Amino acid sequence: MRFKIYRYNPDVDEEPYMQEFVLEHVKPGMMLREALMELKNQDETLSFRHSCGEGVCGSDGVNINGLNGLACITPVAELTEPVEIRPFPGVPVIRDLVVDMSGFYKQYRSVKPFLIRYDPEPEVENLQSPEERDKLDGLYECILCGCCSTACPSFWWNPDKFPGPSALLQSWRFLADSRDQAMEERLDALDGPYKLFRCHTIMNCAYVCPKGLNPTKAIGHIKALMLKHSV
Amino acid sequence: MNIPVRRFDTLILGAGGGGLRAALQLARADAHVAVVSKVFPTRSHTVAAQGGVNAALANVTPDNWHWHMYDTVKGSDYLGDQDAIEYMCRAAAHLVYELEHAGVPFSRLESGRIYQRPFGGQSREFGGAQATRTCAAADRTGHAILHTLYQQNIRARTNFFDEYFAIDLIHDDEGAVLGVLTMDIATGEPLVIEAKTTLIATGGCGQLYRTTTNAHINTGDGMAMALRAGIPLQDMEFFQFHPTGIAGKGMLITEGARGEGGYLVNKDGERFMERYAPNVKDLASRDVVSRAISIEVREGRGCGPNADHVMLKLDHLGSDIVAKRLPGIRDTCKTFMHLDPVDTPIPVFPTAHYAMGGIPTDRFGRVVMPSGDSPEEVVPGLYAAGECACVSVHGANRLGGNSLLDILVFGRAAANDILGFLKNNRYHRPPNQTCIDKAYERFARWEKQGDGESVQAVRADLKKAMEDHCGVFRTEKIMQEGIDVIKAIRARLPDVRLQDQSKVFNTARIEALELENLADIAIATMRSAEARQESRGAHSRIDYPDRDDAHWMKHSLYTLEDDSLDYKPVRTKPMSVETFPPKKRVY
Repeated sequence: MRFKIYRYNPDVDEEPYMQEFVLEHVKPGMMLREALMELKNQDETLSFRHSCGEGVCGSDGVNINGLNGLACITPVAELTEPVEIRPFPGVPVIRDLVVDMSGFYKQYRSVKPFLIRYDPEPEVENLQSPEERDKLDGLYECILCGCCSTACPSFWWNPDKFPGPSALLQSWRFLADSRDQAMEERLDALDGPYKLFRCHTIMNCAYVCPKGLNPTKAIGHIKALMLKHSV
Repeated sequence: MNIPVRRFDTLILGAGGGGLRAALQLARADAHVAVVSKVFPTRSHTVAAQGGVNAALANVTPDNWHWHMYDTVKGSDYLGDQDAIEYMCRAAAHLVYELEHAGVPFSRLESGRIYQRPFGGQSREFGGAQATRTCAAADRTGHAILHTLYQQNIRARTNFFDEYFAIDLIHDDEGAVLGVLTMDIATGEPLVIEAKTTLIATGGCGQLYRTTTNAHINTGDGMAMALRAGIPLQDMEFFQFHPTGIAGKGMLITEGARGEGGYLVNKDGERFMERYAPNVKDLASRDVVSRAISIEVREGRGCGPNADHVMLKLDHLGSDIVAKRLPGIRDTCKTFMHLDPVDTPIPVFPTAHYAMGGIPTDRFGRVVMPSGDSPEEVVPGLYAAGECACVSVHGANRLGGNSLLDILVFGRAAANDILGFLKNNRYHRPPNQTCIDKAYERFARWEKQGDGESVQAVRADLKKAMEDHCGVFRTEKIMQEGIDVIKAIRARLPDVRLQDQSKVFNTARIEALELENLADIAIATMRSAEARQESRGAHSRIDYPDRDDAHWMKHSLYTLEDDSLDYKPVRTKPMSVETFPPKKRVY
């Protein structure tokens, strides 16, 4: 199987280039992560992040034949050759497939991704009905891989101002939580031209999300809530 | 070499659940905390925990912490320390409520309370009916807990050193631990982090084995650092094989699948656990179920063309239960096996999963080691919590649902003790320069150029050796050979060379440092296992099939410097209740 992989090491390379690799033996059911590990055995200098190998840690997001995805749950058999692997678009490259995610994490922090309550804490759990809890399904499963935000043109243009689909999904995860008591401050923080309304429903986020989540839909819910709240 | 220095009150190595729970406690108490992690915190392996966390909330069936304690002592095959187990089980409910207050999206019962499910080895009334004790967020409980703890640390403004790799501990002439030498992975530059206390919370070492539920990062870095600092590792022979890893691949299928009503069958379609554990069947302890599967396969009753696995059946549960309670493993089965457990059984086999052993600590999280007449002298300034530590609450076999509990309870306990330590030790002590130089040498050794073996080749041989010589069933001969093989592999390390000499995000160098850590832990595990001439918990010897309390109800301590083994007694006296004396373990 033939691969073309983006290479750039600021220590030695003046500019990025695509390196060709051939993987002789493709095992049945092989995922892209395993393939990359085999290629790294051929050339130890090939650098990429990875860890759990089953799509829960969110380390190994890369751009595969033009689409963002997790290497560990992408079967190589389904990919067109030569398989082109690049780092996430729109974010600085540290080396090879390793990108600088600090802007993405900063936007995550900016939406206050934690439960805020003002009531005194009960001595047991806060009650939440199964129906209320169901509203968090499709939201809390986000693994912060960054596939969505780095596929979003609005995020490419304004990575410093626009929270991006991942952070907005997180914001809705707390707005939708019956236990959270900070709706007003959450909505206030998302008002303005570069926040919530910078989403133009291009829907790349939902298309690439490896966990099948739908940030565009979450953003729609926030927009509706904001509208309802402002009238 | 002038290495830059940063100073904090307190340092935590590892940003999994244990490290983050401790960090939260410390940051909330206004201590100046640094958390060092070789990966971004939510990539830590706590994220992969599925089934849940044990706490006797009694939301579904009557329960209390004392029953949980009995189950944990019995599950440990009487090697667990009963003071620590009492402490953990008593604290459990409070800590789960705290997590809920922090935002963990637990699944819910109709009553609005936290959802609990049955898990293996858990009973009511000291060995009676099955308990329903494991608090769950679907089958993504670890993910839910890790993300919530990270989120609360964002709120508490904890200092994170993300993608920094810890090389070795730094101490002073009196042996007090004063921080660590790290490497910034992105730049390859060394950095000394000095602190009045250091908590090791670096997790497990499942990468010792070829087929494992553990992530690529689980290389026992903290355990190996402790070994090299002269601290022994405790009970390393006890390595848990999870009964239901996907056969040949290793992905974890939660015990919650059996908790929700799934069961195992052999090639004849026989529900074979009925023979091995007539009372609780598929919900026996993990060591019992793993042995049963291994025996079924060894005796020719395995499934598939190579008769090398058994089947986990969930197809009778209905799609609602699977979709609602087990969505994560359903995804995993679809992705990796192209099967939907709603209508097709899952091929499973025991898979390396969890180290019961680790850095010896007391129930305050303080690292202890033999010194003079005392078997448990505190190492000043050093703490450990979670899978890298051995308190010991798991003894010879951990119960499912007790590892998430362990990290919460002892992450918090360590933080509380650290706060006391900080009150009495207000100033930074000067570290020993020789010690820093030695740590730097280990870091710089990988700059040696030239021809040599690759890291990958040695790592593959090491994992194969552990699988062949230290698996579910063990014998004297196999393990003695294992020691020779591991020693031979260790002897190859000085000739390993890196072809990648770049400083920028050099993952080859990280893997080299990880390989050294694995090699240190491998010999500790192999030697401890070979020496223990009995079968207890996860340590099953064909040549010594019975538990031998008279000679072996004691903890092993392996020291790397002189390749020696020592032993210390089990703490059989709980804090306030009666001792649970050893009994024959039947499920």
